[in-house]
Amino acid sequence: MAAVTEAPAPPAPTTPATKPPRRRGRFTPYWLLLPGILWLLVFFALPMIYQGSTSVQTGSLEQGYKVTWHFATYWDALSTYWPQFLRSVLYAAAATLLCLVLGYPLAYLIAFRAGRWRNLVMILVIAPFFTSFLIRTLAWKTILADNGPVVGALNTLHVLDVTNWLGWTAGDRVLATPLAVVCGLTYNFLPFMILPLYTSLERIDGRLHEAAGDLYATPFTTFRKVTFPLSMPGVVSGTLLTFIPAAGDYVNADLLGSTDTRMVGNVIQTQFLRILDYPTAAALSFILMAAILAMVTFYIRRSGTEDLV
Amino acid sequence: MEQNEPDRLTPAQVAAMRRSFRNGRASLTRRSLLRASAGGALAVGGLGALSACGIPAAGKTQGGTSAEDHSSKEKVVNFSNWPEYIDVDDSGKHHPTLEAFGRRTGITVKYTEDINDNNEFFGKIKPQLAAGQDTGRDLIVLTDWLAARVIRLGWVQKLDPANLPHAFANLSGQFRSPDWDPGRAYSYPWQGISTVIAYNKKALDGVEVKSVSDLLDNPKLKGRVGFLSEMRDSIGMTLLDMGKDPAKFTDDDFDAVIARLQKAVDKGQIRRFTGNDYTSDLTKGDLAACVAWGGDIVQLQADSPDVAYIIPDSGYMTSTDNMLVPNKARHKANAERLIDFYYEPDQAAALAGYVNYVSPVDGVKPYLEKIDKDAANNPLILPDKAMAAKSHAFRSLTQKEETAYEEKFAKLTGA
Repeated sequence: MAAVTEAPAPPAPTTPATKPPRRRGRFTPYWLLLPGILWLLVFFALPMIYQGSTSVQTGSLEQGYKVTWHFATYWDALSTYWPQFLRSVLYAAAATLLCLVLGYPLAYLIAFRAGRWRNLVMILVIAPFFTSFLIRTLAWKTILADNGPVVGALNTLHVLDVTNWLGWTAGDRVLATPLAVVCGLTYNFLPFMILPLYTSLERIDGRLHEAAGDLYATPFTTFRKVTFPLSMPGVVSGTLLTFIPAAGDYVNADLLGSTDTRMVGNVIQTQFLRILDYPTAAALSFILMAAILAMVTFYIRRSGTEDLV
Repeated sequence: MEQNEPDRLTPAQVAAMRRSFRNGRASLTRRSLLRASAGGALAVGGLGALSACGIPAAGKTQGGTSAEDHSSKEKVVNFSNWPEYIDVDDSGKHHPTLEAFGRRTGITVKYTEDINDNNEFFGKIKPQLAAGQDTGRDLIVLTDWLAARVIRLGWVQKLDPANLPHAFANLSGQFRSPDWDPGRAYSYPWQGISTVIAYNKKALDGVEVKSVSDLLDNPKLKGRVGFLSEMRDSIGMTLLDMGKDPAKFTDDDFDAVIARLQKAVDKGQIRRFTGNDYTSDLTKGDLAACVAWGGDIVQLQADSPDVAYIIPDSGYMTSTDNMLVPNKARHKANAERLIDFYYEPDQAAALAGYVNYVSPVDGVKPYLEKIDKDAANNPLILPDKAMAAKSHAFRSLTQKEETAYEEKFAKLTGA
């Protein structure tokens, strides 16, 4: 902040102005923040308050809802829908891990090896975003169709026997199984992993690699001791950007999943739109937010990158 | 930072690392901003504000239901409908029937396709209607159960029979008196929807499907059967299969249906509960057979010869999408004239020939034969006597039943 307030006044205009140039006030930075703060107030704080209030109301559509501080809704929601919560966390964690495993080598390649193809590869990473989320997810239904080439190949290679045994798939199909949902989540959120990884990898000074080589570090040691630690900010923000939306997602579970793959996002949608139980829907949303916040805090502490995020 | 700063790094390296993380602008972190705004939110919000919130009762509103009718002065009617639910000419820009209405009456129809989902649309219009305000729409199209709900809540206006001579004369018998709107005081059907069993001949591979029981029990169809996520359609078809009448079932009957479907879910017989997206699963053969909507099947058959349908002996479900005039609509009389216009058999034929759903209008057949002979003889569009005899409607539910049933059905579909 100090740097901003102590900034010198702008040079006076060269043409004689009617008004003398005004000094920038002490509060200028805050004025500049005003639009952002207002935006947060209107689109974040107020809805949160409204939702918080809804979660402790009781009533029905016809009688109306009143705030009765009925906190039992939270307990009821959690005790009824804990399997969906657990599933959301597991699926999101699996998708995040897959994104990391797939995204890291790609980001590394773009940052250090792509050369003049770098921009093209970056565009390819972002290109799927040019079509809608729904269309992309629906496309996977065609790719993974029961009689399609992918499932055929997996069957021939007996891969599905393994995943069946693990409980990730059922029968000779991938669609409408947990595997399909996790794959959908991985696919849809992969760019959110690659982009931060790329940014932090790209910033690493290439001379550090040379120095590591000069000091007789093998390429693997160089990666383990220099590259990976320096890319941690990217890993942390990438995993957060993947995990948080994936945990709340309901589209993938809806389109690629079945009855036993429904996630907490699906429950919230059903409660809010079909059953019209607004308090339970609001309570579920708050529990999800709290759970994610707790996990993220723990994760950031553990990974020791608090002041990076 | 501690964990990522092993002592193997020199202080200079650590400093460089930190710099690269912070990009030299560490003083204004997002964290401190978040902290500040969270504090602001608490100060603004406070517990007092929290308890002052509440959602008012969604009942009848004071101040009456009708607005002053501007129909005679403003020659417009704002009509909200579902996508692809009206005739379109080859250019894709004009709706011939709407334009014919405009030419005859001088009333311009502002046609908007902004209803994609009953539940979502209800959420959208609820605030205005609950507060007794104009939604900006003179005519909306809602499926039976939601039409029943808005009538129950007193959010729609009684129609004036004097403006509806054709509608009164030509409405098909089977749609005349639903239990939620006896005598059609508030609503007239736009189109009817039949719920049938559809299958993919190639995917079935000789397996015979004749009833919902076949869907639920035949082990050869395991994991390749679909049901609809629309509660009334899936439950209604299964009720019929179990010999119950969807127009008069009890709580116990409902629970028995849920138990029967649950058994099929548990053994992996049912692949998914779907919305409209079952159509792609069915044409690809991922679903061998499923509960499906007749209008979709007519359209699918045009492109995929493998898709076929059957009407179970136990009967099938029919519902309607209904035109209603919301409270405070500015052009009620114009809206009524539009409803009546679509009950003239030639206009109804033009519409039915294009959208392929069940026409609720009697006397359409000779007109439809002139436009499209196949459509005129398709019982999914113009049900013949035998077909109409097997049609059943789902009874209306009280708010309490609706909540309880939807909740049980949600549990069945995985919540």
